[in-house]
Amino acid sequence: MGRYVLRRILVSIPLLIGISIITFVVINMAPGGPIGVASDMNPKATAEYRERLKAYYGLDQPVHVRYIRWLGRMAVLDFGDSFSLDGRKVWDKIKERIPVTLLINALSMSLIFLIAVPIGIYSAVRKGSVFDRISTVAVFTGFAIPTFWLALLLMILFGVHLGWLPISGLVSLEYDALSLPLKILDRAGHLVLPVFLAAFGGLAGISRYMRSNMLEVIRQDYIMTARAKGLPEKVVVRRHAVRNALLPVITIFGLSIPGLLGGSVIFETIFAIPGMGQLFYQGVMSRDYPLIMGILTIGAFLTLLGNILADVGYAVADPRINTERAG
Amino acid sequence: MSGQSMFADTLRRLSRNPLAVAGAVVILFFLVMALFPKCFSEHDPNRINILRILDPPSARHLLGTDDLGRDVLARMVYGARISLSVGFVAESIAIGIGLIVGLLAGYYGGRADAVLMRFVDIMLCFPSFFLILSVVAFIGPSIWNIMIIIGITGWMGVARLVRAETLSLKERDFVVAARAQGAGAARIMFRHILPNTLAPILVAATLGVAGAILVESSLSFLGIGVQPPTPSWGNILTAGKDNIEFAWWLSLFPGLAIFVTVLGYNLLGEGIRDAVDPRLKGR
Repeated sequence: MGRYVLRRILVSIPLLIGISIITFVVINMAPGGPIGVASDMNPKATAEYRERLKAYYGLDQPVHVRYIRWLGRMAVLDFGDSFSLDGRKVWDKIKERIPVTLLINALSMSLIFLIAVPIGIYSAVRKGSVFDRISTVAVFTGFAIPTFWLALLLMILFGVHLGWLPISGLVSLEYDALSLPLKILDRAGHLVLPVFLAAFGGLAGISRYMRSNMLEVIRQDYIMTARAKGLPEKVVVRRHAVRNALLPVITIFGLSIPGLLGGSVIFETIFAIPGMGQLFYQGVMSRDYPLIMGILTIGAFLTLLGNILADVGYAVADPRINTERAG
Repeated sequence: MSGQSMFADTLRRLSRNPLAVAGAVVILFFLVMALFPKCFSEHDPNRINILRILDPPSARHLLGTDDLGRDVLARMVYGARISLSVGFVAESIAIGIGLIVGLLAGYYGGRADAVLMRFVDIMLCFPSFFLILSVVAFIGPSIWNIMIIIGITGWMGVARLVRAETLSLKERDFVVAARAQGAGAARIMFRHILPNTLAPILVAATLGVAGAILVESSLSFLGIGVQPPTPSWGNILTAGKDNIEFAWWLSLFPGLAIFVTVLGYNLLGEGIRDAVDPRLKGR
């Protein structure tokens, strides 16, 4: 097993190099190069100053030298200084935003798992029933609804008209004055809509995926054997079918990381949540190139990690996968 | 069976699928709206009227007015043109790139295949929405840039699909026969293999247009897509968010248009899939 994990990581190294090359190319696509913004807009920037700046950032070096140096900085998470007024290190800015995004995505993942998997199983077992039809319609609706639109509608309903849920931020203004139980309640209230919306896209996809896995498994011979030896249908479904149908879902969780990260840009912006997605959005709006590239690099790295975890998790869960040969 | 009858056969199966027909009708409706906007609204989408700011729906303004007093229905009708063409052009670019990469990788195999498919893997490592936003930040938002960016970040699925089809098609007798007759690689790829991959590509393209419309509306909603005053369904919703406490109609109707259109493309796409290969039905 250890060797399989190691080999899986080694296979990813070319991908990692590819990611870094594409990122490097995008950085150098910036109008005027990576220092364009710092000098082009500045009327005091003389030609000589620009040359000094270029030399300072090593931009007078040939491309491959610059790439290697840049790669070296990436390896130690040195993405440079943010272009924003505070001029802080990009990694420091990202670091403090990660926990919020992670928390919301972890909660929404759990929600997806708790709701989508049972729906998928039940519609497969009762294929063609009213429940199956309703859930199929719901899935199609779910695929087509723009998440940000649903967010607006829910904000209007629960926030503006009913006044049940807060629609912005992570805590209320009077948060510091609240007692501990009320503090917890306040935080939870602020999380309800964002977590639901982060989960929304995945709910449709994973319940559909679970349903087709389940239909696949139910047709297998060993299920017929289990039925033939007189096991009650409940046992056949729960003990025999569900276990195997769940296996591929493990990989889906690893593979859904890019979608979740992309989604966090939208819901964190709408709900004014200070997470990585909002930081990224602010970076894009203010053309904070070092910040954008830092988050893009981290996002790509997390996606790659998710792919590896998905493969390894699948291999751990399913002994049929030959870890000696597959690679 | 001739090609013509197979096509007719597929079309007949498609027309018996009520959901797919409904999807096609929806798409057709919005296409007509995009082509003949004057038939749907007599208002000028860019006419600002400070006396009618945020008017609720009325006989005069069926879907109300926005924060600059512009008619929402008119903006949506003209927005249909923008949103649909962005979806269509972006997906065409994606299909074009995916087709060429897939054909080359599948047909030549070996090292070319390995290099191209690793490139696909690398592109798939970037969270697509992050990648799109980054590129927009660098080259700036405009309708053309949006179309191109959505296209060049969305071709990987098509490339994998076409490659897989090409791999199996290139071993078939008709391809071997064409090669024996002295057909060149380009002719084999485009005249013999390509037409046989059209069915799955059509399915992917239909679903892809839906995806591109969703991405465009998200970008425009965030203010990094189609720029005002040009109306798009997404950027009308931006005003909806800014006035969420006063003007529900600004949030409701443009989103409904996006939802119904995307649903229409998805239903039609699924319908085509079932009609092309009835064995897959209900899966």
